[in-house]
Amino acid sequence: MGFNLPLKRRGTSGEPGETADGAPAESLGAASQWRLIWLRLRRHRLAMASAAVVCMLALIGVFCEFVAPTTPGDYSAAHTHAPPQRLHFVDTSGGDLDLGLHVYGYDSVRDEETLAREYTVDTSDKVELGFFVEGTPYRMWGVIPADTHLFGTQDPEERVYLLGADRNGRDMLSRIVYGTRVSLSIGLVGVALSFVLGVVLGGVSGYFGGRTDNFIQRLIEFTMSIPTIPLWMGLSAAVPREWGPLTTYFAITVILSLIGWTDLARVVRGRFLSLREEDFVLAARLDGCGRSRVIRRHMLPSFTSHIVASLTLSIPLMILAESALSFLGLGLQPPVVSWGVLMQEAQNIHSIAGAPWTLLPGVAVTVAVLALNFVGDGIRDSADPYQ
Amino acid sequence: MRALVIRRLFYMVPTMFAISLVAFLVIQLPPGNYLTTYIAELSARGQSVDQTQIRALEERYGLDEPIFVQYLRWIGGIVLHGDFGQSFQYQRDVSDLIWDRVGISVALALATIVVSWGLAIPIGIYSAVRQHSVGDYVFTFIGFIGLATPNFMLALLFVWIAFAYFGESVGGIVSPEFADSAWNLGKILDVVSNLWAPVLIIGTAGTAVLIRVLRANLLDELRKPYVVTARAKGLPEWRVIVKYPVRMAMSPFISTIGWVLPTIVGGEVMVSIVLSLETTGPLLLQALRNQDMYLAGAFILVLGVLTLVGTLISDLLLAWWDPRIRHAQAEEV
Repeated sequence: MGFNLPLKRRGTSGEPGETADGAPAESLGAASQWRLIWLRLRRHRLAMASAAVVCMLALIGVFCEFVAPTTPGDYSAAHTHAPPQRLHFVDTSGGDLDLGLHVYGYDSVRDEETLAREYTVDTSDKVELGFFVEGTPYRMWGVIPADTHLFGTQDPEERVYLLGADRNGRDMLSRIVYGTRVSLSIGLVGVALSFVLGVVLGGVSGYFGGRTDNFIQRLIEFTMSIPTIPLWMGLSAAVPREWGPLTTYFAITVILSLIGWTDLARVVRGRFLSLREEDFVLAARLDGCGRSRVIRRHMLPSFTSHIVASLTLSIPLMILAESALSFLGLGLQPPVVSWGVLMQEAQNIHSIAGAPWTLLPGVAVTVAVLALNFVGDGIRDSADPYQ
Repeated sequence: MRALVIRRLFYMVPTMFAISLVAFLVIQLPPGNYLTTYIAELSARGQSVDQTQIRALEERYGLDEPIFVQYLRWIGGIVLHGDFGQSFQYQRDVSDLIWDRVGISVALALATIVVSWGLAIPIGIYSAVRQHSVGDYVFTFIGFIGLATPNFMLALLFVWIAFAYFGESVGGIVSPEFADSAWNLGKILDVVSNLWAPVLIIGTAGTAVLIRVLRANLLDELRKPYVVTARAKGLPEWRVIVKYPVRMAMSPFISTIGWVLPTIVGGEVMVSIVLSLETTGPLLLQALRNQDMYLAGAFILVLGVLTLVGTLISDLLLAWWDPRIRHAQAEEV
């Protein structure tokens, strides 16, 4: 999963000379670089739509306590592997039309032989849903006590399983929503760490050149040539079990970023190498600018957009890696809820065959990774507005 | 060409050394050492601990000596005698355990490469030649999904579909009736018939990347004047494409083995665990869970070195395929 897309940069769509989204040429001439990038990115419909998805996921991650209909640990022995409920809006059972979101409760019987619960929909048991309802109390960001949920059952005693329940009768939807926070943030923190490594090593390599460059290049080649999954597995297996959730979280993030920095370093180095020869850098140097000023004021602004693109493209790799490790039981450990941890439920054929909805966290991974990839591709295509 | 091969082999030495260091690090990371784990294991089973045996083991791994001596003994044993240490869980030499598994892993990785090339080349050519066609969009879409979906998720989906709709339970490359038999035609056919599913699952992400690479390269080539010339001379269209631009676009393609191989090895580990295939994956995971570190370290070392060898082969292939690269590299010597 440690992939580097060796793709050739192509112009947005290969029509050179076209002014971005038809704006008048004079205003474009005076537009700042970021504005040009933005104008170009805006034409990328897929990237814009994906950006909306990413923003939504981010919001869900930040406000997961509020968005989830209940807390992730809220279990119910009577709802083991309860199937997803269908949402209804129109109810005519009472004789006249009754509008309002609701689901129907379950009737469950225990199979004598397999001891598994079998569920049938019980249309007489109507569970009314609503927005901004009172439900299970929680602490927002672990601090502010509250009990309002974005949506949930009108009666706090009732339960709703829009995406089914896991083997302990916990609500999959709530767990996936909570998992968003951990999975996305591990991507962000991991990328932040590899950003530091990548920019420093790549920058040093590209700026100084020579023997330093050669050494760092060998280091990058080495890191890229080892199969990441076995190595990640080996390193994370060494994280002691008795470490708390937060320490494990950081240990795993550090392990992920130790291997994930190479692509960024290559981008930064490549940019440094080509910019070093540019006339404006020479001009700045002749003007008597110091080394750090040349780098910060003159070189950095012209490749920040490339770094942003590279960063966006490495977040999905982190998310994939984390979910793989946690799925194997070597990454994050329950009770921490991440998409990978949730997938542990789907490890054997019995739970998948009996409760296919335990695979849904994987769908969340796919959606997030897909959206981030499209956004990253869009930024990369628009990163150089002067092409 | 010979100078190139020698130089590449020479380059590999430091990288191999680094991989061995990393594998040794993984062995050393868990608290305690082989011996303390072994003793704990024995006492947990209520067996008495034999002091002479412990002394012998201590001697063998140099456990009371400084860390670099331990490393030297470990790597020396591997290089000189093929001795990877002991698996305390199986009470056997690691080298007895790994080679069968490594063999199947290599076969799986090779089959995956062949299949992903076989799929990626025609699809990549099609997508580039018929750019913006429905087929192009469909393949691009499938490719993106393949890239974004974790391998193990695909494997799980496959297990589920096979079970729910075809009533078959998947798992294992060698069917039970052939498990103990020697290699013969029947067994080989059996393995091949069980191999296609894991190969396809492992290959998805790699194939998706290859299609995108080939498509992008070929698009660049198709716009060049020599293509127009060939067409103007009246060559048939398929010949215009296959004879010139495809060959040009293949060079970056061959070098992708180097990038794709680590992914395939990693994917193979993940998918094998889900489908419980008899490859390195499940044994590696088990070894890591039980802190059977010599076994785990051996797997990481062997997988890493094999990946390196694969990368080397792809570099040499590239040099053989593309004279420009061969000459550029030969001049550096």
